Amino acid sequence: MELLSPVAPGWGGTLLVGLLHSIEIAVGATCLGLMIGTAGAFGKLYGGPVTRDLLAVYTTIVRAVPELVLILLLYYAGTDLINQVLTAMGYSRVDISGLAAGIFVLGFVQGAYSTEVIRGAILAIPQGQIEAARAYGMPPGLMLRRITLPAMLPFAIPGLANLWLIATKDTALLAVVGFFELTLATRQAAGVTKAYLLFYLAAGALYLALTLFSNLIIGRVEVWSRRGMPSVKEAR
Amino acid sequence: MSVADTAAVQSGKAQSSAAEAIHVENLHKKFGQLHVLKGVSLSARDGEVVAIIGGSGSGKSTLLRCINCLENPTSGIIRVNGEEIKLKADSHGHTVPADRRQIERIRSRLGMVFQNFNLWSHMTLIENVIEVPVHVLGVKRDEAIVQAEKLLARVGLAEKRDVYPAFLSGGQQQRAAIARALAINPRVMLFDEPTSALDPELVGEVLKVIGDLAREGRTMVLVTHEMKFAREVATHVVYLYNGLVEEEGPPEQLFGAPKSERLKQFLRNVG
Repeated sequence: MELLSPVAPGWGGTLLVGLLHSIEIAVGATCLGLMIGTAGAFGKLYGGPVTRDLLAVYTTIVRAVPELVLILLLYYAGTDLINQVLTAMGYSRVDISGLAAGIFVLGFVQGAYSTEVIRGAILAIPQGQIEAARAYGMPPGLMLRRITLPAMLPFAIPGLANLWLIATKDTALLAVVGFFELTLATRQAAGVTKAYLLFYLAAGALYLALTLFSNLIIGRVEVWSRRGMPSVKEAR
Repeated sequence: MSVADTAAVQSGKAQSSAAEAIHVENLHKKFGQLHVLKGVSLSARDGEVVAIIGGSGSGKSTLLRCINCLENPTSGIIRVNGEEIKLKADSHGHTVPADRRQIERIRSRLGMVFQNFNLWSHMTLIENVIEVPVHVLGVKRDEAIVQAEKLLARVGLAEKRDVYPAFLSGGQQQRAAIARALAINPRVMLFDEPTSALDPELVGEVLKVIGDLAREGRTMVLVTHEMKFAREVATHVVYLYNGLVEEEGPPEQLFGAPKSERLKQFLRNVG
């Protein structure tokens, strides 16, 4: 048990740093994914034919290719591409931080799924509420902020909550590109101490704790977002 | 001469001098192959209550919704308070408002009341009523709340200010929607079949509110199936048939002595 102690020679601290990095990536990727998803959903619903086609290509390809392949592709090919562009423009090569690359790659993947979740949620808004906003002269940006986003939220929360939980676990895939997150930290600790069962169980417990904590927060957000809706329990 | 006739003569006098709040000229609207409006003209002067009646599919709701470009007319002229709505053809050949800011400004002075209320479900009643004054018209929040409380009290919903629309009856929701429309201090109120989605016993409370507004001289354009109500409150009635104005005039004339065979038939069927 002293192997799990947060201070050396225990490896608990290492695991916690890994968890922290995992959370950083997941939060960053989810935020980026929500931004891409919101823009993507609006583009798909209200954009011109070219925008819609481009977004269809994006969501189809990202959702068709295994995430591990995308991560390898975007991480290695992406950093290589950036550096080629930089050298071509006369700048020196840069080292792209694992954190930034991880957030970008997972956010790019999340964006494709979020696009579809948010698009579905916007379609679920009673059309009359959008119409009322138009009838009272709301400009598009105000309508988005005050009416469309809050009105679609209750329909989007279950899908977005799934995506968040998937994002927390997808961070483990970044271990293959050498990013120090929980899974890689666990592998190191287990490899050095040979206490495989102990450390993988500990990592499992940390992922579970993260999920349980997320559920608590998501539950509160969902109740808040449904504040204007009658409880469905009474409709049985 | 009856009281109603005297009123009609007076409102006739008022008509000649009052400014024109709504002016619609030769309006056409096509949905694909379907020609819904085939050249309709309509005018509402300040203080007038114009009732649009007609059968299902006659184009009466479409006409009302074209006034604030919720439906874009295919062709025609629309003037609100003397200002013509600029229209243009988009890349698909559909007519759309040419100036987004102009149409938003015009819309923010037209108080629209919908058949299905269309209150914003994530806002309480008071939030619904202050939404447009605060965020579109730039009224200070405190002032908007004071005003909104007065309006909710006026439609009998003062104690429901912090309730969400889904927890109210249809009649209460529609009265709140009327308060929302009044909150923008509208030049013209547009009513799109405001009682058609209500249970029969709730129609009266909504008609009473609309009737009070009509009697205090609000300019209104009202699409309705309530003939008795139209006769009571309207200063001018327009009967639409198949996308055209079949007959129009003061309510006594239209309901009392209709000339058109189709209108006679219609009034027999609904009345």
